[in-house]
Amino acid sequence: MAPDFLLWLERTTGSIALHESLWVYPIVESVHVLTLCLFLGTAVMVDLRLLGVVLRRVPVSEVLTRLRPWMMAGFAVMIVSGGLLFYAIPVRTYLNIFFRIKVALLALTGINAWIFHRSIYLSVAEWDLALVAPRRARAAGAASLFLWAFIVVAGRMIAYNWFDPPEVH
Amino acid sequence: MIPQRCIKLLPFFEWCEATSIGAAIRNSQWLFPVIESFHLLALALIGGAVLLVDLRLLGLGLRSRSVAELAREAEPWLTGGLSVMIASGALLFTSESIKCYYSPAFWVKMSALLPALVFTFTLRRKVASCGEGAIRSVWRILTAVVSLALWTVVGTSGRWIGFSG
Repeated sequence: MAPDFLLWLERTTGSIALHESLWVYPIVESVHVLTLCLFLGTAVMVDLRLLGVVLRRVPVSEVLTRLRPWMMAGFAVMIVSGGLLFYAIPVRTYLNIFFRIKVALLALTGINAWIFHRSIYLSVAEWDLALVAPRRARAAGAASLFLWAFIVVAGRMIAYNWFDPPEVH
Repeated sequence: MIPQRCIKLLPFFEWCEATSIGAAIRNSQWLFPVIESFHLLALALIGGAVLLVDLRLLGLGLRSRSVAELAREAEPWLTGGLSVMIASGALLFTSESIKCYYSPAFWVKMSALLPALVFTFTLRRKVASCGEGAIRSVWRILTAVVSLALWTVVGTSGRWIGFSG
């Protein structure tokens, strides 16, 4: 069962209005999908740089600092639009297995990024232009790419109710 | 909404819908979302490759690098992303060609996709390859704006195909 808070949230005017709106819900969803270009597009470029397959002559720190504002702006739009999508359909989304997988993977990418910044990235000056970045940096880039790919797939699958518990229907 | 001259295309759409690939995707519960996931992953890759260059044309992003260098770096990822996009898009299309035929969003998408592709691989490529000072910055800005506008229409109308029908 969903927590009382979500059962209450689902009955709020805003949630019902968003859920039943003809235009606003599709617009919010489109913004969420298209912001993939801004957020994930820039994040993928950073990850590919860590793997040494793009922009090899540009220092890692430069790629990261120059693209970070765009990545963060995209992430903010993702959180807001994603939050609104959850607000529109809270109970069903909460009970959906793909949503839960997505949240778990999001937590893992957060941990991955946190570890990267607290460990190998601290010594970036030593390997900023290295032909092959240290193993831990490459591992962080690869992990990020994989996690985000599965987050996109899980996100897309939230639309399907294959494994939804019966009380949702 | 459907252009008159496209009426001739209906048999082609019907043929696509009738292909065994289209039928297989239509009859499978999970093939469509899986193919669509690849379509979305390629979207992110294309977004990154396009933005890297378009932001630079606007004087943003990796400003210390030349536009030409960034365009050269982004090109394989752009063409790679587009290949996955077109292949996955074609598969999705065969599974619901008739729906697409009657979807205004589909026609808007195709009408923007062709100029977007042509523009990207002709004028935009030309402008991006120009050295600093060889071209007035207004042309660079205009190129980035046109590119971003065209791709935004492609993306938005593409998402809208899913809302129709």
